[in-house]
Amino acid sequence: MPKVKIARKSTLVDMTAMCDVAFLLLTFFMLTSNFTAKEPVKVTTPASISEIKIAETDIEQILIDSKGKVFLGIDGQQHRMNLLKAMGEQFKITFTPTELKKYSLRATTGVPMAEMKSFLNLPAEQIDNPSAQHGIPSDTTVSSEFRQWVYFAKKENDKIVIAIKGDKDTPFPVIKTVMKTLQDLKQVRFNLITGLKEVPKDI
Amino acid sequence: MAEISTGGGGHKKGGKKRSKKASTRVDLTPMVDLGFLLITFFMLATTLIKPQTMEINLPRNDKIDKKDETKVKMSKAITIILGKNNKVFYYFGETDPKTHVEPTIITTDFSKAGIRSMLLDRNKDIMAKVKELKKIKLKTQMSDEEFRKEASVLRSDKDAPVVMITATDEAKYDNLVNILDEMQICNVSKYAIVDLSSHHKDLIKPYDK
Repeated sequence: MPKVKIARKSTLVDMTAMCDVAFLLLTFFMLTSNFTAKEPVKVTTPASISEIKIAETDIEQILIDSKGKVFLGIDGQQHRMNLLKAMGEQFKITFTPTELKKYSLRATTGVPMAEMKSFLNLPAEQIDNPSAQHGIPSDTTVSSEFRQWVYFAKKENDKIVIAIKGDKDTPFPVIKTVMKTLQDLKQVRFNLITGLKEVPKDI
Repeated sequence: MAEISTGGGGHKKGGKKRSKKASTRVDLTPMVDLGFLLITFFMLATTLIKPQTMEINLPRNDKIDKKDETKVKMSKAITIILGKNNKVFYYFGETDPKTHVEPTIITTDFSKAGIRSMLLDRNKDIMAKVKELKKIKLKTQMSDEEFRKEASVLRSDKDAPVVMITATDEAKYDNLVNILDEMQICNVSKYAIVDLSSHHKDLIKPYDK
């Protein structure tokens, strides 16, 4: 039987073009997206038709999870350090520079002042555990810790914009106390972070 | 690539003996892998969406004079009470001070035929006016700024309904956001979030099982 010689073709594909495509996509993502801050708990925000975008800077984020735990965070590492120092003076607690630095690296924190020092000294694996943070006490509006946090945050950065990020199933009383505290502190303009919902068409 | 010609009387180019053509082709497959790995990292660690917000303005807690409170016309006042399990109760006006007849409570929900149909019905005139304004906006190419200003003027018409929103302790944040959303959809600009009074609680007790 005559041997049919099959011409040997090279199996190496030129990957240059593929590489170009990959780096173009990478450049697109690098330039158009923003890093999301790591939040202590996962929150599903309710949806609304409002299309107003949140401000870019000077945001004070009040995060409330589905169980009613309150977390607070402001923009800017220096502002965070100053805020913690001010809260420390109010509660007669002094924080070491390492503790201040640790606090300023976290975007949102929700710990009662009594537990703050021990929380900041937790090792790395435990500190990111959602159950390590018990939430800022906000039961009464008159002298709650939450009120102090908001007051000092405003003092620290006057241009701050308050944004409340609540979960769908957050019980209404917690929201009511938060809003009442803000009302008492004369911070009557604030934002509620929501997801986007389509405007109903048949109106 | 320079080739050495063996024929002819030319001297060797470059002075080097090139018996084998050295390949300059580099295999770029690992480079592509690296590229996609970086893309995957950025896709997972970042977001393209900026979160949306609803702007809220609460009234200040300063002392309000009694005479300012009663300025709301009874026929224009709607009270909405948010209950548990996404139920919404509402009633019009207030308890008649003379006959002490309680207003009728109506139970509804957040569906299309629920609270929205009531609000659209109550706000018919303003809805029609805003629709007209939208048509004018398309025809004359009004700017967004102007449209918003005109629309807010229309909404704060003195005959517009006034809505008081309150909620029981079993309501959820989702309910509050939904009702504020309905305010925006139905073009109601006069609303306020008030405390749940014992009067409210008594009114909805038979309905909120």
